[in-house]
Amino acid sequence: MTVALIQGRDIHVDAEGFLTDPGEWDEGLAEKLATNIGIALTESHWSAIRFARSDFEATGETPTLRRMATAGGVPTKDIFALFPKKPAKKLAYVAGLPKPVGCV
Amino acid sequence: MRRLLVLGAGTAGTTVVNKLRPLLPREEWEITVVEPAAFHLYQPGLLFVPFGRYEPDQLLKPTSQFLPAGVTLITESVERIDRENNLVELAGGATLDYDQLVIATGTHARPDMTPGMAGPQLGHTVHEFYTLPGALALRKALEAWEGGRLVVHLTELPIKCPVAPLEFAFLADDHFRRLGIRDRVELTFATPLSGAFTKPIASERLGDMLDQRGIIVEPDFYVERVDEGALVSYDERVIPFDLLVTVPLNMGAEFVARSGLADELNHVKVDPYTFLADGCQNVFALGDAAALPISKAGSVAHFAVEVFVENFLEHIDGRPMKREFDGHANCFVESGAGKALLIDFNYDTEPLPGTYPLSVIGPLKLLKETRLNHLGKLAFRPIYWHMLLPGRRLPVPTEMSMAGKEMPTPQPEREDVTL
Repeated sequence: MTVALIQGRDIHVDAEGFLTDPGEWDEGLAEKLATNIGIALTESHWSAIRFARSDFEATGETPTLRRMATAGGVPTKDIFALFPKKPAKKLAYVAGLPKPVGCV
Repeated sequence: MRRLLVLGAGTAGTTVVNKLRPLLPREEWEITVVEPAAFHLYQPGLLFVPFGRYEPDQLLKPTSQFLPAGVTLITESVERIDRENNLVELAGGATLDYDQLVIATGTHARPDMTPGMAGPQLGHTVHEFYTLPGALALRKALEAWEGGRLVVHLTELPIKCPVAPLEFAFLADDHFRRLGIRDRVELTFATPLSGAFTKPIASERLGDMLDQRGIIVEPDFYVERVDEGALVSYDERVIPFDLLVTVPLNMGAEFVARSGLADELNHVKVDPYTFLADGCQNVFALGDAAALPISKAGSVAHFAVEVFVENFLEHIDGRPMKREFDGHANCFVESGAGKALLIDFNYDTEPLPGTYPLSVIGPLKLLKETRLNHLGKLAFRPIYWHMLLPGRRLPVPTEMSMAGKEMPTPQPEREDVTL
């Protein structure tokens, strides 16, 4: 685990840059994280991020793309448009959540 | 009289009743198993069927043959669980009551869940090897194959045996080399993962093995539909094929969803340490049916059952369940040319290189291609029929051990983002 200085604050991240403490996240940080990966956040991004955050709070797990579509009402096609190429990871990264564990 | 009802007689269901029957007094406990399939399929053997190495009769034995005396088998499928009344409704309309329920109905390939996958191409240019008819149809297609674009594809995780698509790619490469037509085949491995496998160290090793064999990897490929002769992803990437070998979406049984116990893929939401279903006190899920944060594999079912049995005896006497499952998995990964790798891991430890201690035949090499690992994989079939299913103890520890494993060198810290 490493500590990254983001926006003048110490933030705990893993080797790939994912936040390890979702409690250190706030909306300002999300803007900065999005910029790191070349994304400018729009209202559509925010609604996906808000669902992912609230779902993590309820289940303790970062939602998969399938869960984003079925429970969060965000079609997979849209997620790919919002967070290109690696949407599950990019969404988790910006939302300050652990890397999705769909990978077992 | 109390009743233990077990839904499913696959690896987990069969093993658990064989272990529990001698431990539960017959005058106190009745054990009933519900399983619609008349034959038990040795699923690890399916990988070899397309290459003509196993015949169906080597992989099928009557379900009833593996159930001990004192267990009632009902050959039917389940409609739903009525948890309030501790009842299971069967497809034919009958109901069974239970005191304790174990769901062990596995997970199954669902080509119908991806547009175009289950259409008229299935069994012709589109294939899967997760069912016996599918594996046999693929054998026929490979026999007639003269070269072209073969795409090995993985739809979405989790799937049972997540190394199987990789093994298929390695075996296909070997098969075409033996036939002398490898230069006429473009072999592609398309996966929704960012690399060859789910865990970093194994992914790197297996990725190198794909490279060495000239197998093209298409990572982060999340399929939206199968068109005629092409896979199309959600972000409009197109992979053309002459022959597609896909692992379709894997889903648990539909009655799990009808009973209000399912995640998005009909796997049962459980406590990963005790397998108790969420919100239940007398419903458990074992094997592939359970939504666990570890590979769906027979080895996981086997280790899980060992932990479960001890806990179950405490639970039915009203005592807390003390043992916690560690997520132990181990899998042989067939790599072609008569060799295989072995991986051994759990919830907390990813597959590492080193050695795996084993009595009699000696230590096996981890994450390394050897002949002995291949022989181990083949030897597992008789062990499965004669030792594992009947619930006999195998000479391997239930919990993962660090003995022989080499710890990875710490990764240098970096602040850049590699997404």
